[in-house]
This record gives sequence, C-alpha cells and structure tokens, in this order.
Amino acid sequence: MPKPRGGHKPAAPGKVYGAPGAGYSGHISLITSIALIALWFLVTSAGWVKPLFLPSPFAVYDKFVSAMTDGVANSTLAEHAMASLTRVFSAFLLACVTAVPVGILMGVNRYARGIFDPPIEFYRPLPPLAYLPLIIIWFGIGEFPKILLIYLAIFAPMAIAARAGVRSVSIEQIHAAYAMGGTRMQIVWHVILKAAMPEIFTGLRIGIGVGWTTLVAAEMVAADRGLGFMVLNAAQFLASDIVIMGIIVIGVFAFAFDLLVRYVEKFAIPWKGRI
Amino acid sequence: MGQASALRAPTPQPLPPTVKEQALRPEVNDAHVRFIGLGKTYPGQTQPALQGIDLNIRHGEIFGIIGRSGAGKSSLLRTINRLEQPSQGRVLIDQVDIAPFDEDHLVALRRRIGMIFQHFNLMSAKTVWQNVELPLKVAGVAKAERQRKVRELLELVGLQDFHRHMIYQLSGGMQQRVGIARALTCDPAMLLMDEPMAALDALTRETIQELLLDIWRQTNKMFFFITHSVEEALFLGSRLIVMSPRPGRITHTFTPDFNRRYLETRDGRRIKSSPDFIAMREQVLGIIYGDELAAHEPAHA
Repeated sequence: MPKPRGGHKPAAPGKVYGAPGAGYSGHISLITSIALIALWFLVTSAGWVKPLFLPSPFAVYDKFVSAMTDGVANSTLAEHAMASLTRVFSAFLLACVTAVPVGILMGVNRYARGIFDPPIEFYRPLPPLAYLPLIIIWFGIGEFPKILLIYLAIFAPMAIAARAGVRSVSIEQIHAAYAMGGTRMQIVWHVILKAAMPEIFTGLRIGIGVGWTTLVAAEMVAADRGLGFMVLNAAQFLASDIVIMGIIVIGVFAFAFDLLVRYVEKFAIPWKGRI
Repeated sequence: MGQASALRAPTPQPLPPTVKEQALRPEVNDAHVRFIGLGKTYPGQTQPALQGIDLNIRHGEIFGIIGRSGAGKSSLLRTINRLEQPSQGRVLIDQVDIAPFDEDHLVALRRRIGMIFQHFNLMSAKTVWQNVELPLKVAGVAKAERQRKVRELLELVGLQDFHRHMIYQLSGGMQQRVGIARALTCDPAMLLMDEPMAALDALTRETIQELLLDIWRQTNKMFFFITHSVEEALFLGSRLIVMSPRPGRITHTFTPDFNRRYLETRDGRRIKSSPDFIAMREQVLGIIYGDELAAHEPAHA
C-alpha cells in the first residue's frame, strides 16, 4: 500500500466520496460577482472601452438615481418596473392556474395528452417574436396581447414540467396506494400530485425566467411604459447607461423572485432530492 | 334425535345469497384464500409466469412462498388484491370469486387487505404520521378515530416518538416499521408481504421478523409473505411452499413450527441454530438450488 505523503490535504466531498459537485458554492458565486464588477470598474476607469459601449458603474448608478427621481421616457423607474411586474406576474399567475392543471391532466389522462400534446409541442420551440405579429393582428396593441405573449411563453415549459412530474411517479408507489384501497382520484390527489411537486416547482422557476426573457419582446410594440420598453427606447438613442441600468433592474427582479421560489420550495417540498 | 328436538319448530334460516350477490360480496373478514388452477402469462411472453396453482390458505396462517427469481412469487401474491390479473383460473377470498369485482368492490376489498412492499413504497412527501394515517383518510374515517388508531399503531411498531419525522429521516428498518403500521391501519383481514425484509440489513431483519411474529400472535391474522431468504421463510412460516421458475409452479410444501417455538421461548438465535432448523434449511436450499448445482456438477465416470 502506498504511504500517504506529508502535506497533502484530506480528500474533499465530491472528489472520491459524496456526489460530484457536493459542498457549498455561495462564497464562490460571491467572489465571481465581485470580480466581474471589479473588472467593469477597471475596464471603464482605465478607458479601455468607450463609454458609448460600456459606461462606468458610476454613470449607470447616476442614471439609476435620476430614473428613480426625474424619470426616463416619460415615467419614473418605479412606474416602469410596476408596469413590467404587473405584466409578468399576471401572465405567470394565469399560467400557474392553467398550465399546471393541464400538465397534470396530460400526465394522468391519455385523451388530455393526445389533445394538448400537438399544439404545445408545436408552438413551444417557436420564438415569441415569431408569433408576436399574429397576436397583434388578432388582439391589437393593448395590455392584453402583451400579457398573452408572456403567458404563452410561460405556459409550455410549466405544462411540460407538471406532466413530467406526474409521469415520474413510480408504479410501485401507485400500486401501494391502490393496495390500500385508494380510488383513482385519491391516488392522483394524495400520491401523484405530491410526488410531482418537485418538478412542478422546477417548472415554475423555468416559467418565470422565460416570462422575464419574453418581457422585452412583449413591450416592443405600442408600449409607453415598462422596463423592456425603457431599454428598447434607450437603445434607439444609444443611451447604453440606461440600457445597462434596465438590464440590471430586470436581472435583480428575476433573481429575487427565483430566490423566493427556491425559499418556498425548501419548505413546501423538503423531501426533494431525498427520495 | 330426541322427540323434543324433532317436534321443535325449525329455526328460520336466512335465504342464501344469489350468485350475483355472492360474487360481489367484498367482505374478507374471515379470510380464506383459494387459488384454483391459477395461471398468468404476461403479454409478449411465451413462457407462463404461473401455471396450475392450486392452494388453500387457512385463517390465521402464516403462509410463505420461497423460490428463485422468476418463480412468479410476486405475481401470485398480487393476484390476491388484483394488482395482477390472472390469465387463467380463479382466486376466491372467503369462497367469493374476485374476478367479477368492479372498481368499487375492488376498492372495498383492498381496504380489508394490508400490504407491505420490499422497498416500503412510503409516501416521501408525507410524515410518518401522515403515511400511517393515509389508508384511514382514503377510507373516510373520522379524524378522532384516525388519531386514536395511528397513535396505537405507531406504539405497536415502536415509532411513537418519530411521528413528525419525514420518511427520508428514517433508517430502512424504521421505514419498514412505518410500512407495517400502514398495512395494519385499516385492521385488515390479511396481510400480504412482498419480500418485506429484502432491503434490510441482517440485524434489522431479525428484529422485524420478531415484530411480525408478535403482531401475528396479537392479531391472529392471515399473513402471506414471499421471500428469497430460506432462513426467514422457515422462521416465520407455519406453512411454506417452494416454487420453481419458468413456469412458476409449486414443487414442495413444508410445515415448520419454528414461529410457535419462538413465541414460546423468545429466543430466535437459538431456534435458528438448532439442528432441526439447520436440517430443514439445507433441505429447502437443496431443492431450490438442486437443479442448478446438478447442472454444474462434473460427470463421474
């Protein structure tokens, strides 16, 4: 047997034992974030990139403060944010109450699967910008088509995740529930739904992410308020400080909501990954 | 017959149930399972999984099946609560053929039959308490009664202090205790056990075996179990059949009484190391692996 040489560290989790990638990674993420911001400071203060292409963090902060107080594109930042949040969350809530039940139904009923599968699988890979003109032709340029576009983009991944969750329940668990005299509906309620929860939550996270990515597309046409509109409007005037500020605000909202869902997930489905 | 009794008016007898009534009667309180010419062939398979199974299982019996993989043990056990549908023959529970049962009658039948699984099949999304409570909940039992029953059963399996735990927080042995408590929740007429200890370590297995025998003595229910372990089969079973694979058929029957001896002496180790236990174990092992060993033996001149 080879003798252990002095000075070597004991093996860490995820290397020769434990799951690959095990261990806390929050501090690494924090260091990465700080390094990226520091790089931004360095690049702009050294003048390596022109402010037109990459404004300094100070310029972006100044724009943030002025957008909060004086406003930009005829509205304050809070008004833009409120308009976008209303659109994204309206679409998200609508998707929660429709896509999740449809996904579950597709998982437990072959007729529902047969009916919903073709339209969802057909439109799912289409970019929202491809069907945006059609939505405008059909529904005009009001608030509804904007929410509808985001809703359609969220619907497919959430429905597919719910369906996959239902299908992931082991037949042995279903047999166990049948063996205790459960009816079909009781098995769906007590066994399948609970077991599908982790994947449904993953679908919620993916869905809200897709919602934010579709926001700019939704606010491209006939919007006069919204973060996406603010960014697009600024791009026309080459105001890259507003563009970056808008991107950061959207990113912060999206990340904050994702953290919230993860927090809820931790308490709602403590058994996730432990089955 | 005396004169007095001859003159006595005959006691009115209830009318016998019609054939339909009898066929749909789901009560199995007085469990007595009968397999008549049972066979099972899975779709796409040419070789039957079960063939010509004829068996009677009495009330209060611990009935064990042992055999190699593919002998049809699980398939046979699961025809009792119709998780498997036989291809030929009949299954009678308390003289009632369960083949014509519709969904409602099957649900009622299954609520009177407890089942324990090899991999426990507990609901990971629920706590220990909720798992044990689930059969009562699906049966629509009132909350107060549910609480009383669950408390009683958790005490029986020694998990009263773990009722708030999630399933993943328990060891394998504790999980199977939850499985046993859950199977007993609705006071079933019989308990089906599909390799209940296959996923447990040797020490835990012995503890669960002894727990099962204690429960059997207290409840006097019919236990029907399958196992790969000859030792376990002999220790638990009051009757034991050996099945051969492809097609699954009954080849031998044993009637050990080691379970009663354990309940009298409470010394499982001594019983398992006794000469008659070892002799029977070797005999059963010889039957199960006999063909295989014979095939590998070198030919003598």
